[in-house]
Order: sequence, then structure tokens, then C-alpha cells
Amino acid sequence: MSPRPGLVLEVDRSTPDTLFWHGESFRMERLPVGSRIIYPAESVAPLADPDAAIRHALDNPLGDSPPLRALLQPGMRLTIAFDDVSLPLPPMKAPDVRQRVIEAVLDVAAEAGVDDVVLVAALALHRRMTDDELRHALGRRVFDAFAPHGLLTQHDAEDPSNLVHLGATDEGEDVEINKRAAESDLLVYVNINLVPMDGGHKSVATGLASYRSLRHHHNVRTMQHSRSFMDQHRSELHSSNWRMGRLIRDAGVKVFQIETTLNNNTFPDQFGFLQKREWEWSWRDRAGYLATARALERTPATLARSIFHSIRSPHEMSSVQAGEVEAVHERTTANIYRQQLVQVSGQTDVLTMGLPYICPYNVNSIMNPILVACLGLGYFFNMYRGKPLVREGGVLIMRHPTPWAFNPVHHPSYIDFFEQVLAETTDPAELEAKYEESFATDPWYIHLYRTGNAYHGVHPFYMWYWCAHALQHLGAVIVVGGDRRAVRRLGFKPASTLSDALEMASDVVGPDPSITHVHMPPILMADVE
Amino acid sequence: MRALLFERNVPRFAAARVAAALAGSGKGVGVGPLRLADVELPRPPGAGEGWHVVRPILSGICGSDIATLDGHSSRYFEQIVSFPFVPGHEVVGTVEGGRLDGRRVVVEPVLGCLARGIDPPCAACREGRKGSCAQLSFGHLKPGLQTGYCADTGGAWSQGFWAHQSQLHEVPADLSDEAAVMVEPAACAVHAALSPGTDALDHARVVVLGAGTLGLGVIAALRRFASPAEILAVAKHPDQRSWARTLGATTVVEPDEVRRGVRRQAGGMAISASDHPGQLRRLAGGADIVYDCVGSASSIEESLAVTRPGGLIVLVGMPGTVRIDLAPLWQREISLAGAYAYGVEEASATGNGVGGNGTGRRTTFNMALELVAAADLGRLVSARYPLDCFAEAIEHAAAAGRRGAVKVVFDLRPARLRDHSVRGSRT
Repeated sequence: MSPRPGLVLEVDRSTPDTLFWHGESFRMERLPVGSRIIYPAESVAPLADPDAAIRHALDNPLGDSPPLRALLQPGMRLTIAFDDVSLPLPPMKAPDVRQRVIEAVLDVAAEAGVDDVVLVAALALHRRMTDDELRHALGRRVFDAFAPHGLLTQHDAEDPSNLVHLGATDEGEDVEINKRAAESDLLVYVNINLVPMDGGHKSVATGLASYRSLRHHHNVRTMQHSRSFMDQHRSELHSSNWRMGRLIRDAGVKVFQIETTLNNNTFPDQFGFLQKREWEWSWRDRAGYLATARALERTPATLARSIFHSIRSPHEMSSVQAGEVEAVHERTTANIYRQQLVQVSGQTDVLTMGLPYICPYNVNSIMNPILVACLGLGYFFNMYRGKPLVREGGVLIMRHPTPWAFNPVHHPSYIDFFEQVLAETTDPAELEAKYEESFATDPWYIHLYRTGNAYHGVHPFYMWYWCAHALQHLGAVIVVGGDRRAVRRLGFKPASTLSDALEMASDVVGPDPSITHVHMPPILMADVE
Repeated sequence: MRALLFERNVPRFAAARVAAALAGSGKGVGVGPLRLADVELPRPPGAGEGWHVVRPILSGICGSDIATLDGHSSRYFEQIVSFPFVPGHEVVGTVEGGRLDGRRVVVEPVLGCLARGIDPPCAACREGRKGSCAQLSFGHLKPGLQTGYCADTGGAWSQGFWAHQSQLHEVPADLSDEAAVMVEPAACAVHAALSPGTDALDHARVVVLGAGTLGLGVIAALRRFASPAEILAVAKHPDQRSWARTLGATTVVEPDEVRRGVRRQAGGMAISASDHPGQLRRLAGGADIVYDCVGSASSIEESLAVTRPGGLIVLVGMPGTVRIDLAPLWQREISLAGAYAYGVEEASATGNGVGGNGTGRRTTFNMALELVAAADLGRLVSARYPLDCFAEAIEHAAAAGRRGAVKVVFDLRPARLRDHSVRGSRT
């Protein structure tokens, strides 16, 4: 039986309560009659033999690329770049997709006699991965073969000796990327394309770039002109990356792109209720929900966090394609849409969502308030094609505890951004103009980024820019169940309950508003007519 | 005459200390050595020459008063006060009798050589640095570093006290009573703010720790009389943060944000625990000058953590016995200086600073009069209490920040004027 597509349910009197994520917890909420709930599609079928599919993709590339083995010869320099810890979410059960793909690439390289191989984690300005995280992503065999010899590296966007400026695009955008990658005879980039934003020219042009280069598209103007940044054809973020990617190609950097997609099988069996529609919950799902919810009520936040972050997703690979960047990405995007697109008719006055415990930037870490904003207003809000789910001037209601808490190892500059910058202004353009450069060039943040496991000093700004389109579009943002001080610092309104929030929303959009709830994760992308 | 009298009573002193420790600052008044009494105005000090009776209009409650009432003030002061005394040294009042009869004045409370009838005066008094007077226990007055701590003069928490003519400053007619009662704390702030010298302050990065009356006064004084590059204020309570911004702080942070705030302001690196990079322990650099307007062990430690090597910490808030690690002071060659009271302030040779009225030597009180008018510091008077409600007033003053107040004062005006008081109406 083929998986059922996504669904838009209209709430009536018989509709059971709806599960909302609430950080490291859940809440059951009763939505008003007439509200809509958008459910994600069921998981598409996984590849029956992912390793065979990978080998097939390497041998049968898309676009004008020769097969991988034809690009390899003894004496050449080969660099394999791969997506970092921010993907997939939650981290997947071993073997990770990256391990499967890189092992296959290394097998072909070994057969071809290539022995100058370096692996690069494409961090951009993300934090360095720990050895455990690298071991999990790449598998023990790859890690042990490369790491002890210094051949497993992590891109350092602040190491001038390992950056090369390839030129500027017609729009004046500097393209400065990892030197080893740029000067290799072949650069293989291994992607996990969790959402439509990922991959394509963005892989190299962003993942292996410096601040000097990134600032051309990671800015307020670009994000406000990306409608949305999940739809590459209407995304200025992608247009910029595509210009840069083509410049990289024209500068002679040969890229062999490998992209993979995952299905919606996001949570392990004990959390199976999270990816089912409530009225279809079995007695086992109900029992699982009740047991989990009650246990979490008595669990300290830090312990709940560590429990959730130990979840390993049973994600399965649903497609793999390799070859020329643009041809590969076109196929990948179609495969993501096959899993994630849900047809939705018309916009809503009020959009509700429950935010989970994890986003791309807090794997094994704390979802601090800035990341809460970014997940809600950046990622979830932008999961649309066509029009935003919520109308202009509408209200976004998010559920999350939004604790005033930060991981100082991973997010040192976030703390200062929250304490000092957001205390002064939440206007993306204003804080960009006034503070971005000083954070980006702060020597302490640079030191922690380069030597520790810290996100780059400028990263919290990017998180805020990710919200820029939503901030410009929305009439109000309300956070239910959040730390009131933290919520206010973000410039949002706190509410104790969903019904309070809906009442507050009606002050903005008028009485009897239309209400739509997005029921994710698992991930969905609304195709709004 | 009604007055609040502070007597030497060791058991009551101990009781106040315990009550303050258990119930909180300002809560020990009921069991402490302060009581409302009917007293006679003392005989004029010395031969009476140069002394005037001052009838208080408004009289402030300051941090050092609270520390005394909580039993927390240092034993260092035991030899430079005399019992029983009537507290109160922040005052605007009216002179009664003599050639100044009816004039509205503020009192410069330090009881230096002139007030004590010591001739020749000590070197400090000769230079106008009354706060540094070396003769505070001598002359024809009983010991007492200030009005409000001397048995002979009385103090301003009363309906009358004696003040020497060398202590009196006439209040301009257009200055409200509320502004005038702020002149003494403003003078302390001006003296502290300028104590590093205007050259050192020029383009300096400064931190003001604490945003009570003194901290806010220091911010206002720095803005008025010096040219620091940035002023980072550390304020615990929302209203204090708002006042700090209003009075000229460049950046305002909460107490647990100060190290990060200063690092951001000053730039440079920070030192973390080796297993927790990013968990900021102390700064590699830091601020040029830190004004500690709290005076506790933790505030001094915080000051040491955020002062750059070779920098200066000015202790503005009255400290007591504290236990702190001075290793950073030694290793980073940080200077620790006290700033007490007032005197005269020196302008730099380049003339940068020392006010809208130009450069050179000016008395601190003169500058404070200018500051309270220019910065409208009368706004900081948040609550007025009659003397009868002294326990409530002191409790309010001790919790001023938390309760959204800055300066709490006693209102000694007759009740009919109290309720309908209008700024400047007493002139």
C-alpha cells in the first residue's frame, strides 16, 4: 500500500485533542472547531538496498558529469566534504548516510589508486564536531583511518592560510572557500538533504565558505527577499549561492555532488505516536503517550534534554543522486517534495505550531531562546511554497518552554547577543548595521570557534536574520508556556495557555479568526494555493 | 523637638544586626538602637560663633545610614562618631536666626577643621579637601566624621540641628527641594567620578557597578564633567536600568551579565575553565576604570574580574569588613582607591571636563548644585515619609531598588505643606 499523502483536517466536535510539541515535552490541545490541522505525509518507501543505490548513483551520474570512477586517477588530490552535525534531525541511527556514501566513495577511490584523500566537515560558521559526533557520522572505520593522520579536517572559516578567494560574482559577491577543497583535482560533496533549502550550489558556496563570502547572502535583505528560502526558485539566498556556485565551477573547481534524501520515519517505535494522526492512535500509542508525558512531568529539564538528545532517528534513505550539481539538485528537490509537500488551500489568520527540542544548531545542546525564534519564525514559518501559511499581518503562536538558558561552550556569542543586542533592539536591520561586524570580528569568539566547539560569533545574527521575513510579515508572535522574560526579550508576547494566546491573537487579527495548526515534525512543506 | 536618636546600646545593636540578617536589610529598626524622641536642640558647639540652626525640609536616607541601622557598618568608625547621635546628612533646610535667617541651604556635612575650630587647619582642609580632614576626633566638637554622626551637632533626621557656616551652601531659588536634597549624594558622586582625574577619564571605558543613588549620580557626573568613551552600567532592577540609560550609560547590563558585557565593551579575550571554553571566568583585558558603587565583597571581586591590567577600581559604596582574593589586584597591577565625600575638583591641563562652567578648581558642592539642576536629579526622589513613619521609610529605602525607588527621604515640612508640596514652592 502506498504511503498516504499529507492531510489537511478540519477540526469538528469529534476531533480528538491535538498533540503539540513543547520542547522536551508535549501538550494535548483542543483547537477550536473549524480550525485546520496540516499533517505530514506518511513515510515514503525507503531504498531497498541503499548501498547498491549509492554505487549505482556514483556509476550513473546526472547531468554532464562522468561517473565517479572516471574522475579518479592515481596521484590526484581528492577532497570529500560532508554535511556537519546539523543534519539530519534527530541524528540518525548508525550507519549514518554519510558513512554509507563516503565508504562507497573511498572504495571507488581506492580501486582507482587515489591515495591523497582528505575529508572536510563542511561547517561554514557552525561549531566544530566532537570526535564522537564525527565517529557517528562517518563510522568507526573511516574515522580511524583518517583522523589519526590529520586527514579528517573541519573547515575553518577563520584560517586565512586555508582559504582562497576565487573572485567575485557579477553582483559583487566575494567567493572565498576552503583552499584544500578548491585546489583539489576533485571535490566530492556528500549531502543529507533534509529540507528543500539544503544542497545544490549552497553546499560548497556556503558549507566551505568564509564570513567574507557568507555575508553576501546571510543578511537581512537576502532573507527578506526569499519567499521562502525553502523554495529555491523564489529564494534570494539560493540565487546568491547559485551565482557563487557557478563562479566556483568556472574557476575550475570540479565538484561531484552527491545528495541523499530521507523519509519521514523520524522517531523510534517508543515515540511512534509522534508521527501518527491522533484519531488513529492505537491503545499502545495512547499508553506510550501517557507514560512519556507523565514521566516527563517529573523529569528535571536537564535530564529530559539528555534523554531527548539521545534519540537516534530511524530515518531511511529514500533517494540518492550524484553528478553535476544542478542536475543532481533538481532531482533531489523533486524527491524531497514527494515526501514533504502538502497541498493547502488558502492562508490563515492564525498559525499555531509546537516546537520540538531540537533544531539544526542545538544538536547535543540547549535550544536557547534565539534558536526557538529561529526554529519557529525561520524554519517552520518558511516551510511553504507559494504563499506563507499565515496571511500578512497574521499571528504566529508557538508552543515552547523557551528557557533563558544557553550552552556557553556551543553558543557563547548567543549569550551576548541575547543579553546585549536584543535588549536594545529586535529589528534585524538595525542590529545588523550596528552590531554584526563587531561580533563577527570579535577575537574571543573567533578563538572559541577555531579551537573549541563554538558557533562563530556572527551566528546568532544569522539566526535572527532567518526570522526576518516572518518578522516583517507577521502582526504578532505569541509564545505559549515560555519563560516570560525570555519571550519578551525576543520581542514576542508570552501566553500561559493556547486559549489565552488565541484571545490575544484576536486582538490583532479580529474576532473569529481562521486558525491553522502545522503538525510537525515529521517535516512537511505547505504548498499554499 | 522631634528627632530620631541613635544610642550606644550594644544589645539593641546586636538585635538589629540579627533581625537584618534574618528578615532583610532595613527590617531591624524596631529592635535596634534608633528611636523617635522628643529632644532639646543641643547647645551650640564651641562658643557658638559661626553656627546656625537648620530646620530640615527634606532629609535623605543613604546607604551608609542603612548599613549603620543594620549593624553592618565597620567598627573602624567607632572612634570617629559620638553617641547619641541623630542621623541624617543629606539635607535641604532653612536657616533659623542670625544673618542667614530664612535662607534655604544644603549642608556639606563633613565636620572638618573649620567646624571644629582648629586653627591652623590640617593640610587637607587648607586645600579644601574636607573629606580628607585628619582631625575628625579633635577640636571643640566631639568625634564625628559628619553631621549626622556627631553628638554635638545633631543631624537632619530631626526638626533641627546645628551647622557651621563653612558647611552651608545657599540653594538657588529655582532649585526644588527635591533637587536640593540630592546635592549631597550628587557631590559624593561628582567627587568619585572625577577622582581618577579627567585625563585618565578621557576616552576611557568605564564600568559603574550598582545603580542606586550613588551609581546613578556617578553616571550623571561622568556625562556632565568628563569624556569617557563608554559607560557600562550594572543595574539589578528594571527601574534602575531605565534610570541608568536616561542619565547617560552607553550600555546597561544586569549583574550576572557584567563580565560578558565588559568583555564586549572592551574587546579582547576572556579566560574560561579549561573544560568549559565559552564559560567566561574572567577577562584577559577589561575596563580602564571601574566604579564600585556597592562596596560588598562580591562587588569588589566582580570589579577585580573586569578591570584591565593597570586599571583602576574606585570604591564609591561604603565597604565594611570583606574577604576577597587580592591575587588579581597584585598580578594585574590594578589600583584600588577609595572615594569619600567631597572637597575640590581639579580640571585637567587640557581643560577636558569639569563642567559646563569651564576648567580649574571648583568645589564639589558647587559642581553638584550644577549637576542636580542640569540632570534634573530631583526626579530620583521617589518617596517621602514623615518622621513618625521612620521604620516604614527605612524599610523602603533598604529595598529601594527592588521597589522601583531611588532616593527615599524624610519630609519635615508641616503636614499641610507636605501634601500640597510643589517643587520650588519653599524658596
